[in-house]
Amino acid sequence: MKYYSYFPGCSAGSTAIGLGLSVQAIAEPLDMELIELEGWTCCGSTPYGSLDELEAVVVAARNLALAEKTGLDLVTPCSSCYVTLNGAAIHLEDHPELKRQVNEALAVANLEYHGNLRIRHLVDVLLNDVTPEVIASKVQQGLNGLKVAPYYGCQLVRPHYGSDDTEFPQSLDLLVESLGAEAVPYPLKARCCGGALIISEQSLALGLIRKLLDSAVRNGAQCIVTPCPLCQTNLDAYQSQVNSKFKTDYNLPILFVSQLIGLALGIASNSLGLNTNIARSVTIDRLIKERGRLDNGGGKI
Amino acid sequence: MVVFVGMKSFVNEVAATLGGEHIYACIQCGICTASCPVAGEMEYPPRKIIAMIRAGMRDEVLSSSSMWYCLSCHLCGCRCPRKVKPTELAHALESLAVQHGYKVKKTYTPAMYRSFVSSIRANGRVHEFGMMLKFYLMTNPLAALKMLPLGLKLFLHRRMPLIPERAKGKEDLSRIIQKFREVIASQ
Ligand code: SF4
Ligand code: SF4
Repeated sequence: MKYYSYFPGCSAGSTAIGLGLSVQAIAEPLDMELIELEGWTCCGSTPYGSLDELEAVVVAARNLALAEKTGLDLVTPCSSCYVTLNGAAIHLEDHPELKRQVNEALAVANLEYHGNLRIRHLVDVLLNDVTPEVIASKVQQGLNGLKVAPYYGCQLVRPHYGSDDTEFPQSLDLLVESLGAEAVPYPLKARCCGGALIISEQSLALGLIRKLLDSAVRNGAQCIVTPCPLCQTNLDAYQSQVNSKFKTDYNLPILFVSQLIGLALGIASNSLGLNTNIARSVTIDRLIKERGRLDNGGGKI
Repeated sequence: MVVFVGMKSFVNEVAATLGGEHIYACIQCGICTASCPVAGEMEYPPRKIIAMIRAGMRDEVLSSSSMWYCLSCHLCGCRCPRKVKPTELAHALESLAVQHGYKVKKTYTPAMYRSFVSSIRANGRVHEFGMMLKFYLMTNPLAALKMLPLGLKLFLHRRMPLIPERAKGKEDLSRIIQKFREVIASQ
C-alpha cells in the first residue's frame, strides 16, 4: 500500500462528482491510500490568479503548507489544481521576498511553507507508482479493444511539470491500453477545451469543443477519456449545445480515466458515478460487450 | 541618454509584476501568436501586446480585452524559444488592469472571474451554482434563462449542488488573506 495526501479539488465534489467517486473507488484495488488533506480549500484557481495573482498564491500556499506537514506526496486528480498548485510553488521558490511575506501571513494559522513538497497529478501516480503492468494484472473485465480517444487537455502536460511530452503525450494512452482498450490516434489530444470561458465566451468555447469531438469521431473513437474535470464537463454537458449550434449529432460518451479503469477492474458503474455522466455513458457497458461479440466474430457495431 | 528619475516605465512595471518577469527576453518571433487557439479573438495577440508594452502603451494595453480571452492553455509558453510564458504575462496584465480600475468592454470574462473569486472568498471553495447565478444576473439575465435546461441537467445528474459546502479551513483562509493584505500594505 502506498500513502498519499489527497487534494480532490472543488469540482470533484460537484460538477465532476464522477471524478471524485471513481478515484475513491479505484484507490483501494490499486493499493493507493488517498488521505484527504484536512482543511483544504480552493487551490487558488486560474480566475483568482487573473484578478489578484498575489492573493491566489497565498490561497495555494495555505494548502501547500498543510500538505507539507503530512510528509507525503500531494496528489490531485484535477488538472487545473495541479497547474495552480505547482505554479504557486514555483513562484514562491523564484521570489524569496514573496515567500517571506506569504509565510508571515500563514503564521496567523501556525503554518509555514518551506518548499519541500511534491505536487503530483493522479495520472503520474497511476503511470509511475502503480504502473500499467500492475493495472493490467488487476483487470477483471477486459475492455475488448474498445476504441478510446485519450484526451489529455492542456493543463496536465503544459506547463511542463512532468515528464510527458507537451504536445504528443503518451501517459494516458499507456493507461488506456493497459485495460485492453485501443487508444486511437488523436491529434488534438492536448488541445484546450475552452476551460472556464465556456461560461463567459460560450460560442468561442463551443467551437473548440466541436473540433475535439470531431477529431475523436473521425479517428473512430467510441468514447473519449480524460482525467480533467473541466474538459469532461465541457465535452459532456455542453455536447448538446455543440449539436444545436453546429447542427451536428455527436453522441459520444465522455469518461474520466478513473471511470474507465474502474470498469476494467470490475467495479459497479454506480460506484464510479457513471450515472452522473450526461452523454450516453450508461451505454458504455453495452459498447464493451458488443466489442466482445465482435471479437468472437459477431455482429457489426 | 536622458534618464527620467522616478519615472517608472510601463515595461518595468510589468516586469515587476508576478508573471511579467520574462518580458525583456522576448525576441518578437511570433511563435506564441501562431500557436494561440484564440489569437483571432484578441485585438492584440501575445506577440503584439508584448511589443505594445515595450512601447509604453499602458492605457491601450490595460484597457484592452485581449488578455481576458487567454484560456491559460500554455501552448505559447511551451513553444516560446525564450521561455517568456505569455500565459503568466496575461494574468499579470489582468491583475494590473483590475488593480488600477480599468474597465474592460467586449467580454464578460472579468465579471465571470469576479463571481468565481467571490464564491471562493465566501465559502473557501467554488460553489458553481451560486457563481453562475451571480454571473448571469450581473451580466445577462436573459442568458440565465437560456442556460436553465443545462443547469437542470447538471442538477439532475447530481453535478450542481444548490447549497454551498463550507470548507473547514475557510476561517483560517480568511485570516491569512487579511494578514497578507496588511503585510503587503505595510511594505
Ligand atoms: S514566442 Fe516568445 S519570444 Fe517569440 S514573440 Fe512570443 S513571447 Fe516573444
Ligand atoms: S495560454 Fe493564452 S495566450 Fe497562450 S496560447 Fe493559450 S490562449 Fe493563447
